[in-house]
Amino acid sequence: MSVASFTVPTVTHSAASAEGLHEKITVKNLDFYYGDNRALKDINVSLYQSKVTAFIGPSGCGKSTLLRILNRMYDLYPNQRATGHVRLDNDDILSPSQDLNLLRAKVGMVFQKPTPFPMTIYENIAFGIRLYERLPKSDLEGRVQHALQRAALWDEVKDKLGTNGLSLSGGQQQRLCIARTVAVQPEVILFDEPCSALDPISTAKIEELIDELKDDYTIAIVTHNMQQAARVSDFTAFMYLGELIEYGETTRMFTTPNDRRTQDYITGRFG
Amino acid sequence: MVMISGASSPLYAKRRRRNVITMGLAFGATAFGLSWLVLILGELLWQGFSGLSLAVFTEMTPPPGAAGGLLNPIIGSLIMTAIAVALGTPLGMLAGTYMAEYGRYDKLTMVVRFINDILLSAPSIIVGLFIYEIMVAQMGHFSGWAGAVSLAVIVVPVVVRTTEDMLTLVPDTLREAAASIGLPRALMITKVAYRAARAGMITGVLLAVARISGETAPLLFTALNNQFWSLDLNAPVASLPVVIFQFALSPYKDWQKLAWTGALIITLAVLTLSILARVLASQRKSS
Repeated sequence: MSVASFTVPTVTHSAASAEGLHEKITVKNLDFYYGDNRALKDINVSLYQSKVTAFIGPSGCGKSTLLRILNRMYDLYPNQRATGHVRLDNDDILSPSQDLNLLRAKVGMVFQKPTPFPMTIYENIAFGIRLYERLPKSDLEGRVQHALQRAALWDEVKDKLGTNGLSLSGGQQQRLCIARTVAVQPEVILFDEPCSALDPISTAKIEELIDELKDDYTIAIVTHNMQQAARVSDFTAFMYLGELIEYGETTRMFTTPNDRRTQDYITGRFG
Repeated sequence: MVMISGASSPLYAKRRRRNVITMGLAFGATAFGLSWLVLILGELLWQGFSGLSLAVFTEMTPPPGAAGGLLNPIIGSLIMTAIAVALGTPLGMLAGTYMAEYGRYDKLTMVVRFINDILLSAPSIIVGLFIYEIMVAQMGHFSGWAGAVSLAVIVVPVVVRTTEDMLTLVPDTLREAAASIGLPRALMITKVAYRAARAGMITGVLLAVARISGETAPLLFTALNNQFWSLDLNAPVASLPVVIFQFALSPYKDWQKLAWTGALIITLAVLTLSILARVLASQRKSS
């Protein structure tokens, strides 16, 4: 996890290691603007199926901005625009004809602060399922249970499904949000600093969960916690001042980064 | 060497003195303001309760010198208030929803908000004159409908304002969460944002009711008054504020007594609504 020596090797592993992997999301020449402010500069990165990709970098480097492009969340706000190419399988995400609701059903998101809906635990999950499917009550109940089990929350809430989701603890609320996301059966899950508001035990649970989920989904996680990136991710992208400085396998990134800035950030010299 | 600790320094003593003086002034001002309020309420309770009886709620407004009650103005007020809320609430909520959800960053919203604020603080007599001009003058007579509409015009800006404010208080993260599972905008608003803002929005409507239940000026020009029992909204309709106005200014002791009682009834009704609004608002915070 630490940088063993300061001799930066010249061999890159990332190209070779990507072999045999399915590229789920491809970002090419992506720029992003808040009004006139160019927040992302020529980003090129790939997210691989069944892998966890971590985005690290100091505050304001554009990690969250990048994540919010992948489900077009920025579209909720005026004066924000992206140029370039982002493909989900063969779909152009940035295309104006892209159906945003369908896109977001495929690309789920878990936020920094837990955001349960102001309704019961059961409804929090069932609500999303009902959007896409008309199920008999028993099937719906099964799906709710399954989603809560996947989020490792079922045992804690099975006796109080009728209580308000907001009555749960922060860590439980976050797992409820993960269950809500999983229930819609997305293909990609974006985690935007999912543990930054949680205590260490809840954090460990979420990390475990990400590890369990990754077989079935493509996962991207933004984190400020370098240990967390090292623990949960297969690939790591280091961003700085709106640029993607370096991207590669996590083990390599954390042992032998190519770029001086990556090394400085990982060793805690800035950021 | 002697150290002057912070607590005994002259600077601290001076600040303490100033604090005591300012606290004293603030306390005095509060006591002054409250004492008048207590006097007014005390007089109202004293005068109002002594006239309170079953007859107040079962008998019509009497001619001078006879016994009677306030049944027709109470019912008139209830009906006109109910219609005003039924007319004004949907309009206000839709406008507030547009401003907070769809057009939050639009110029139009800024214009509407500005005009709404003017309407919110417009003297209610202007509203009365306006409705007089467009309804009473056109129809040729005073009517309960005109009264209800003029009250609705007062309800709308209150509801617009509270709806917009309460929806703006709903954190964007909740909207993003709703969007993140592919919820269309309309459902995001009706199923998530409204639910999160519900208590506050209901409070707004209750406050609007409290506001219009004491309005006299707009009714004077629209519903006028009716000495007799009438549920015909095309005819003049009695209301508590107008009856209080008329009876309180009259030279007759019985009428003055009834005016006090009417004032007490309105005050208690508004008090109840305010408490209800408070309870709802506190529920919102704790949930």
